[in-house]
Amino acid sequence: MQCEELTELLAASAEAGSAAPSVIVDARARAHVEGCLRCQAELAQYRKLLRALHNLRTEVLTPAPGLVADVFAHLEEAGERHAVRSLVRGRRVAYAGGLAVAATAAGAGAAYVLVARRGRKLRAAS
Amino acid sequence: MPDELAELVAAARSGDRAAFEELVRATSAETYTLAYRLLGNEEDARDVVQETYLRAYKGIERFRGDSQFSTWLYRITANCAATYLGRRARHRHDELSDEAPLADVSPDRDPQGLAMASNLRDRLNEALEQLPPRLKAVIVLRDVYDLPHEAIAAELGITESAAKVRLHRARRRLREQLFPLPGEEEEARAV
Ligand SMILES: [Zn+2]
Repeated sequence: MQCEELTELLAASAEAGSAAPSVIVDARARAHVEGCLRCQAELAQYRKLLRALHNLRTEVLTPAPGLVADVFAHLEEAGERHAVRSLVRGRRVAYAGGLAVAATAAGAGAAYVLVARRGRKLRAAS
Repeated sequence: MPDELAELVAAARSGDRAAFEELVRATSAETYTLAYRLLGNEEDARDVVQETYLRAYKGIERFRGDSQFSTWLYRITANCAATYLGRRARHRHDELSDEAPLADVSPDRDPQGLAMASNLRDRLNEALEQLPPRLKAVIVLRDVYDLPHEAIAAELGITESAAKVRLHRARRRLREQLFPLPGEEEEARAV
């Protein structure tokens, strides 16, 4: 087994929180690392790197003033765009609703005419 | 998640706008920090923060309380940053050289070994900034912010195996640069 083949595994094993070769799950790879100073050193260096990266989490930048105000303005602006869109959509719904009412009225009218005619027919038959 | 934050999240989920605004105030510096790390400059980071909170506002009803609010917000930030980077790459007028260095760092809480720690921290920040954005995003999200591989892949719009390949490339570059093994030092200095 070549050291080069193990580098990704060493980095991933360092995530386990220890730099001891025992963190390596794969038995063949672990046997190699236990007998290889270079891989042991590389594992230890990956462990240091991961710890340092993890510690960056506590670092919080201070944004230049006005960020929160910008966020609120952006929300407001999007809210207005949304309101305009729903207004337009609302009008469309109202318009479509109007048409539906008209259609129903027309339908009802037609039905009434039909009934009236039938009535007349019935009367005529009797 | 701290109790006050949990309460704010619950109120915001039920449509309380003031609670959402309070959440923005409580988390904006952290969101900005992640955006800055992913994008490498202040202006883009600010744009992405605005977009992140807009998406969070629209989606907060769908946020399930079982995951951490901060993790949820990091995922949205990562996704917005990826979209932004994609757009930036398409009309590539920005100069990489004028990207501002990481500044205004909050003081270290560990007074012991402060000089050494902050020295390593500076070098690490510098090395991170030099990574190509594709590699940087994956290592920042995984190794600094602890997002799972599958979340990183989903937010960056890549496969999980691509995310893992990028992660290893990024780790390897940083390891060689900051913690070179005997024989690697010459190469690291040449980079
Ligand atoms: Zn070896």
